[in-house]
Amino acid sequence: MDTFQLEIVTPEKKVVDTAATEIQIPGKNGYLGILPGHAPLITELAVGEVAFRVGNNNEEQRLAVAWGFAEVLPDKVTILAETAERPSEIDVDRARKSKERAEQRLTSGDSNVDVERSLNALQKAETRLEVAGKS
Amino acid sequence: MPNILDIRRRIRSVVNTRQITKAMKVVSAAKLRRAQDRTLAARPYAQMLTNVLKSLVARTEIYDTETGAPKHPLLAQREEKNILLIVVTGDKGLAGAFSANITKAAARFLESKAGRNIDIEAIGRKGRDFLRRRYPAAPIQTRSLAATEESLETQPESRERAGEIQITGEHVGVLGKLGFSQARDLAQNVIRRYEREEIDSVYLVFNEFKSVIAQRLVVEQILPIEQVGEPAVRLAEEMSEEEKKRAKQAAVSAGVGLRSSEKSGDEATQFGTSQVDYIYEQPPEELFRALLPKYVGIQIFRALLESVAAEHAARMTAMDSATSNATDMIDSLTLVMNRARQAKITKEIIEIVSGAAAM
Repeated sequence: MDTFQLEIVTPEKKVVDTAATEIQIPGKNGYLGILPGHAPLITELAVGEVAFRVGNNNEEQRLAVAWGFAEVLPDKVTILAETAERPSEIDVDRARKSKERAEQRLTSGDSNVDVERSLNALQKAETRLEVAGKS
Repeated sequence: MPNILDIRRRIRSVVNTRQITKAMKVVSAAKLRRAQDRTLAARPYAQMLTNVLKSLVARTEIYDTETGAPKHPLLAQREEKNILLIVVTGDKGLAGAFSANITKAAARFLESKAGRNIDIEAIGRKGRDFLRRRYPAAPIQTRSLAATEESLETQPESRERAGEIQITGEHVGVLGKLGFSQARDLAQNVIRRYEREEIDSVYLVFNEFKSVIAQRLVVEQILPIEQVGEPAVRLAEEMSEEEKKRAKQAAVSAGVGLRSSEKSGDEATQFGTSQVDYIYEQPPEELFRALLPKYVGIQIFRALLESVAAEHAARMTAMDSATSNATDMIDSLTLVMNRARQAKITKEIIEIVSGAAAM
């Protein structure tokens, strides 16, 4: 089976370095599905979920990422993310609280609220909850 | 004649001190190793980010073809009227001249820029304390680096200067549990002020750390960005030979590798540099605009990480010297004590002999 080398790197560590057969990336303009042999591509990432399949048993792994970008080459995919968390690393309580806070601010109608910022926080929290919930 | 009991007591006290300094040295060595690993871990990300930016620079028109003005505010060169200086020192003492050297370099820098308005962001307790004694504080926000995103929105817009040189931010206790989010918050803060033209340039004073024996004290300009991937070092102070020797000695005796942070991820340097035409999902200009602030963030993060490593290395070296000084002291005190004991015995014998002769 065809594989490509997958690396996911954050400023704090290299999170993933493995051979993968398939990956889904949350591009800024929508999710991208990538298989080995893809044309070279560079994209900015949105807040979202990275899902990839590893090795022989096609085991699926998920990560919650927040901002970053990805370089795709035919035999290699590299993702730079500001944060990349495995389901086991996600603090569900914190994400839930952060979601509530963001929702509260967005519905408060207060003109001082930075909508973009709150939306961003909301999205981050929702992604985290989703990724954590699926595992 | 010195009292033997007193000397013995002193020796015991020095032995105890030596035990403490020895333990501190071992602890620092362990922390240094961890800090080195973290700077290494941050390198691939920084390298890849730089590479992508570089290749984007080649592909985009970052300067307006007609006016020659840069298209991104972070590249804009303005007349230097208001300067921001970020001073990175340590939170704790007992690290030799580590923090003192940095504050000295900062003071020299301030002198060289005299007459202009300078804002200071102090990172680390030692530097904060030093600067606070000299310059007034004018906090534009009380939040620390570790504050939540929420508090960002509640900061006041305008402020008055407390003096020509003022401290606008203090970040104490962030170095112990340093994460990228803290560097990012600081970078966001700095960028916002730069874009509002509250400041015209940003400098960073810190102790660069490549390895135990390759360290320098540098003043680096991080804004405006002159050239991506080339740190704009304005002032650098190498270690003296003697310092190098002492650091080396300490590192060897503590079992810390001298070169461990030299090896860099080779494959990291290739990111985004393949000689192929990439499909850009977003227009290159847009990518470029999104990446520049991250670049500032990673630069600050790198400086903080290296400073932490350098602080531990400095402490390790200082404790190593302290330990060997204590050993010397114990030796000389033991000598004095033995001499005193000998003298006492001799005196007693003389007394007995002369007493016997008198009978």
